[in-house]
Amino acid sequence: MTREQARGAREIAVVAFAQTDHRRTSEEHSEVEMLMPVLHDVLEQTGLKTADIGFTCSGSSDYLAGRAFSFTLALDGVGAWPPISESHVEMDGAWALYEAWTKLLTGDADTALVYSYGKSSPGSVRDVLTRQLDPYYVAPLWPDSVALAALQAQALIDAGETDEPALAGVAARSRAAATTNSHAQLRGSVPHGEYVVRPLRTGDCPPIGDGAAAVVLAAGERARQLCARPAWIRGIDHRIEAHGLGVRDLTDSPSARLAAEKAGVFEQPVDTAELHAPFTAQEVVLRKALRLDDRVTVNPSGGALAANPIMAAGLIRIGEAAARIHRGESDRALAHATSGPCLQQNLVAVLEGDPR
Amino acid sequence: MPEVLKAPLVVEFPFTRSLGPVQSAFLTGLRERVVLGVRTGDGRTLVPPVEYDPVTAEELRDLVAVASTGTVTTWAWNHEPRRGQPLAAPFAWVLVRLDGADTALLHALDAPGPDAVRTGMRVRIRWAEERSGAITDIACFEPYDGENTEITYHAGEFEGPVTGIVAHARLDYTYSPGRAQSAYITALSGRRTVGERCPSCRKVYVPPRGACPTCGVATAEQVEVGPRGTVTTFCIVNIKAKNLDIEVPYVYAHIALDGADLALHGRIGGIPYDQVRMGLRVEPVWTEGARYPDHYRPTGEPDADYETYKELL
Ligand SMILES: [Zn+2]
Repeated sequence: MTREQARGAREIAVVAFAQTDHRRTSEEHSEVEMLMPVLHDVLEQTGLKTADIGFTCSGSSDYLAGRAFSFTLALDGVGAWPPISESHVEMDGAWALYEAWTKLLTGDADTALVYSYGKSSPGSVRDVLTRQLDPYYVAPLWPDSVALAALQAQALIDAGETDEPALAGVAARSRAAATTNSHAQLRGSVPHGEYVVRPLRTGDCPPIGDGAAAVVLAAGERARQLCARPAWIRGIDHRIEAHGLGVRDLTDSPSARLAAEKAGVFEQPVDTAELHAPFTAQEVVLRKALRLDDRVTVNPSGGALAANPIMAAGLIRIGEAAARIHRGESDRALAHATSGPCLQQNLVAVLEGDPR
Repeated sequence: MPEVLKAPLVVEFPFTRSLGPVQSAFLTGLRERVVLGVRTGDGRTLVPPVEYDPVTAEELRDLVAVASTGTVTTWAWNHEPRRGQPLAAPFAWVLVRLDGADTALLHALDAPGPDAVRTGMRVRIRWAEERSGAITDIACFEPYDGENTEITYHAGEFEGPVTGIVAHARLDYTYSPGRAQSAYITALSGRRTVGERCPSCRKVYVPPRGACPTCGVATAEQVEVGPRGTVTTFCIVNIKAKNLDIEVPYVYAHIALDGADLALHGRIGGIPYDQVRMGLRVEPVWTEGARYPDHYRPTGEPDADYETYKELL
């Protein structure tokens, strides 16, 4: 939806956000056991009960757990007893939030619970992610997620847009920012390490871990009742690029730029940007595509380089941006989520607090 | 908390996929050592070819041959090849724009080390000896400093075109069942069946999953149920499953263990299949060293009254 269409529609806000402590493994808990404290946290923040929620939408991937329909077990955590209105996306929770936002715009519901989770610890996430690639020309070669990100990084280096020390700087800044984020998996000074797939070193790559997040959305007056300073979603849009990597210009992200334009990012400056850039070089691409300069605080949470629970990391960007508005640390924030190799798909949202 | 249970879990699937006309021509061409691209409306040549223009979504059918030599557009050095990747020794991942193409193909480059690779270097296809009509018919690329190869016209028509591929996949996991199910499995190894009671609606779930699906709250209180139970519903299995050592027909049933508010499922034995009925009282039969009941058999008690289990159907 464009900003013009959204204007005059119902106002919808993020009114609560919760996340787990993201860790290398959560093997002592099943997915629903990992998720439930987060669900209870957002409900407690708003005083809502599961029965009060108008619409529930979740994001996860069966491939992480290696079990079909694993999301149906996680539904146990929300009291999914008919006639619950519920949906699931096999995507990051940011896309589940997009669906919930659309549902609230229709007026069918006033509140929505959005959650997502990912346990990468049971499998090898580099191998698992190869299964989302084109099955005819690409997946049979098993190019792993780090390899594809490394091709993008080299393309940027060749184009003169970054170099290895600059990428190390992105990593160091992210993990330094994460020292104030008790949920983060990698915090403070982290060795930049050896090459994983050159030119990317361990420090350029996100930690592999398990985690979950949940958000409550509410419309209009309901949002003001549930939250002292709602984070209004002023625009949200998502775009996708060709699946063939060799068709794309890997040094740019036209889909992120277009999503940002449609979401209204460029109409006024933002003070905060939470970017879902799992690899250091991807932050370079996004800063350019989203026209972020040094006046913008980028990833004060530490971003995906500090914690990257797959399927939740994008929703966490929206949650972190909203939480800064809730706390009064931001007035207008950009939140970004990505999916697929080399920033193939991008979602951008603009969040605003009421004027102070 | 008892120790975390773990077990290997292997997911393997040979997806059989059919090919559209463009993919079929491209992969059949690889079998015949011919590389085909597809021409877009604005005159660009896409290699590998797709059936719809990634910009306009226009249907594409105009096949053209391109060369087996090309130029690296970006690369990444892979010093530790992983299972399934094209080469076992360290290699470079490359995007290669073949001569005559406007887009690049992802594959592996066989090179002695990262110092031997750069963007802009010239490479050529090394064909696999055995070719079947798959992307792996290109074994890899190799450095090439010779003349550009001639592009010969090809209409994209072949004898015995490949119409499908089998995409093998294998992923290895270590499965951990979590707190509630670990407690259930641990209790089973002592031949006890343990469920969990919801603090809100008081229902006892077995096997427990750690949450009450009705109330959406954590379950924690452990409750021992059974060992006896009641058949609430059943079916007669007439077709033998692969690798299953049970004579057909046999009965598979939902069994509400005494004290449980959810029926679990199991096989019924010790009674002719056509005499199993709703309300039949059964008990578990354990075999030596087993970690779960092999099957359930009649206890000989009178059948349970329908009223006692109708809520559990
Ligand atoms: Zn309950």
